[in-house]
Amino acid sequence: MRSTSIMIVGVGGQGTLLTSRILGDVAMSRGADVKVSEVHGMSQRGGSVVTYVKLGDKVYSPVIEKNEADILLCFEQLEALRWIDYAKKDASIIINNQKIDPMPVIIGKAQYPQAILEKIQKDYENVVAVPALDLAKACGNIKAVNVVMIGVMAKRTDIPKEIWQEAIRKTVKPQFVDINLKAFEAGYSFSC
Amino acid sequence: MKKLLLGNEAIARGVYEAGATVASAYPGTPSTEITEYIAQYDEIYSEWAPNEKVAMEVAIGASFGGARAVCAMKHVGLNVAADPLFTASYTGVNGGLVIFVADDPGMHSSQNEQDTRMLGKASKVPVLEPSDSQECKDFTKEAFRISEAFDTPVIVRLTTRVSHSQGLVELGERESYELKPYVKNPGKYVMMPAMAQKRHVFVEERMQKLLELSETSDLNRIEWGDRKIGVITSGINYQYAREAFGDVSYLKLGLVYPLPEKLIKEFAAGVEKLYVIEELEPFIEDHCKRMGLNVIGKDVLPMVGEYSASLIRSRVFGASVEKLNTIQESVPVRPPVMCAGCPHRGLYYTLKKLKLTVSGDIGCYTLGALAPLESVDTCVCMGASIGMAHGMEKAMGKDAARKTVAVIGDSTFIHSGITGLIDIVYNKGTSTVLILDNSITGMTGHQQNPTTGFTIKGEPTRQVDLVKLCQAVGVDRVRVCDPFDLADLEKAIKEETAVDEPSVIIVQRPCALLKNVKFNGVLRINTAKCTKCKMCMRLGCPAIVDKGDHVEVNGALCVGCDLCTKVCRFNAFERAGEQNA
Repeated sequence: MRSTSIMIVGVGGQGTLLTSRILGDVAMSRGADVKVSEVHGMSQRGGSVVTYVKLGDKVYSPVIEKNEADILLCFEQLEALRWIDYAKKDASIIINNQKIDPMPVIIGKAQYPQAILEKIQKDYENVVAVPALDLAKACGNIKAVNVVMIGVMAKRTDIPKEIWQEAIRKTVKPQFVDINLKAFEAGYSFSC
Repeated sequence: MKKLLLGNEAIARGVYEAGATVASAYPGTPSTEITEYIAQYDEIYSEWAPNEKVAMEVAIGASFGGARAVCAMKHVGLNVAADPLFTASYTGVNGGLVIFVADDPGMHSSQNEQDTRMLGKASKVPVLEPSDSQECKDFTKEAFRISEAFDTPVIVRLTTRVSHSQGLVELGERESYELKPYVKNPGKYVMMPAMAQKRHVFVEERMQKLLELSETSDLNRIEWGDRKIGVITSGINYQYAREAFGDVSYLKLGLVYPLPEKLIKEFAAGVEKLYVIEELEPFIEDHCKRMGLNVIGKDVLPMVGEYSASLIRSRVFGASVEKLNTIQESVPVRPPVMCAGCPHRGLYYTLKKLKLTVSGDIGCYTLGALAPLESVDTCVCMGASIGMAHGMEKAMGKDAARKTVAVIGDSTFIHSGITGLIDIVYNKGTSTVLILDNSITGMTGHQQNPTTGFTIKGEPTRQVDLVKLCQAVGVDRVRVCDPFDLADLEKAIKEETAVDEPSVIIVQRPCALLKNVKFNGVLRINTAKCTKCKMCMRLGCPAIVDKGDHVEVNGALCVGCDLCTKVCRFNAFERAGEQNA
């Protein structure tokens, strides 16, 4: 089978760990071999976080390196810029248009870079910008940004929708299944 | 059936399948989930211990009692537990005893980068090193067999990438393990000089037998490929090496202490050029060099940080990575921050305002060292804040003590801060100790501890009363403050640092991420009232952003803790949705 490398990048607290659990569940149903790697701990407190998902016939290193990602799923614009070197030239790059200022920017010691989406679109063809926070709000829970993003990505894979929905049902707590399926649908039906 | 398991989860599964019945641990990234997953098996008694030393002692006792037992910790936790480890090496075991230690190359969440293989060698305890989730489970079960067959504790060494990567694992059934009878045996279990002298002889004999195991065990295997290059490696580095070198020959070591000699010689003789790929210490490399082998290792690869396939490619083959885009922009760093609503924020705001020297400790509150709060002066190890504050006083005098405080979390205080406090009282110090009681062990992801009133299983239990505890060791001045009552907190700190005796302030407010913590709803800034004085920026709240010409609240991050309303002199903060409030 064709091997696939997916990177999820964002800010600690945005729900990347849940995303990787859902993605891991989907990947398991598709790949002969799967590895998912993430760093827990200190960076979960508002730091830059990254998750790697790799599937293929045989996966050795759980880590994705520069120029290796087939899909770059970015939960925040600045993080998209930080990790852009990890994307292949023809990678599917999905960027939540949300901006979260890091502390150096908040206290005025650094500038938040301008026109990030345009800069990335200049060098990469396959870029989608998603108003995931607005879509999540419309579903009734701003915490569902992560599942909106999964929805957008799901549409751009050849994996059947039902497999994603099943993974969400299995992964999230029962009381949150409905809202998350709604968020998934919002992402899945999003067109730019 | 195959399941996708985190390395730490696979360890827990291995503990379960091996029929173990006792597990004790102190949380520490990247080891924490091992015990959290073990706690999901009702067949295994599990607990959070006050520290790693106690955790290991519980596991040793359980082993003496005939059970298969485990303890888990991060690398620096093994320093705390080194005392029991070194002598448990002499006593050996009754039921199998396995110690999980997770190292953190690259220091994602740690204060140093030490290599646990060195402590295995120093204590003469065998060390196994899995390289993926399946091996995490398999090696755990093998570790119990080795422990019982050779009468030794066994260390399973993990690293962050193994602990925190998920891989496919074939699940098995739980072995039925009968508790071994406990037989009184002072020659084995009472390590007084006369007995210990005999046991040391046993340990040296055991090392010879373990060496033989290392030569023949399936844990160490040769994978012949192209013989122009041979790579000796272990753990996660096997995975990186596989990607970097491709189809060459590998000696993959699963039992990394004691290291084999004959096997390494056989492998070396079969290849033209020999590399050793290992993160951190040149543990395998030094062994090879002592054997007179010509190997390439740390002369081209770093002693610090994590490895990766591309790092190996670049250092070994000089391969560089092509840049696929024209983006040259420098990207601002995003260090971790205290969350919006974090109770520590009110405290550090006050400590900075009072210009105090802050002897710091390990937990979320270490983040008080970063801008803009920049309040914490020191951070060395768990519990160190109190002893160091006392040491500063003894070096610099009582005037300095009046300008110094120690800060320590509730769990860290129980872990090893209480002994420092006893030292202050006993040796006539005058330090002021602030116990940051946020009702949980925060940084490692919300574990219960002796001050929370709940066990690892969430069952109610006896709660350590911090006020009474401090009073009992002889601190007469103990008071409790809310860090969001800034006026009261400032008054308390001024009074307690001024007095000529030890004092403790318990700074009490639950972690903002706890489920039962409710705030009042998102705030915003009324621009008509805001004078842009930027007092609120001094809080270092991630939800309050300086936009240059104005300050605004990020509504997606604000939790409505209202701390900013207490520093704003112009009442510019108002509840979002309340017009003209």
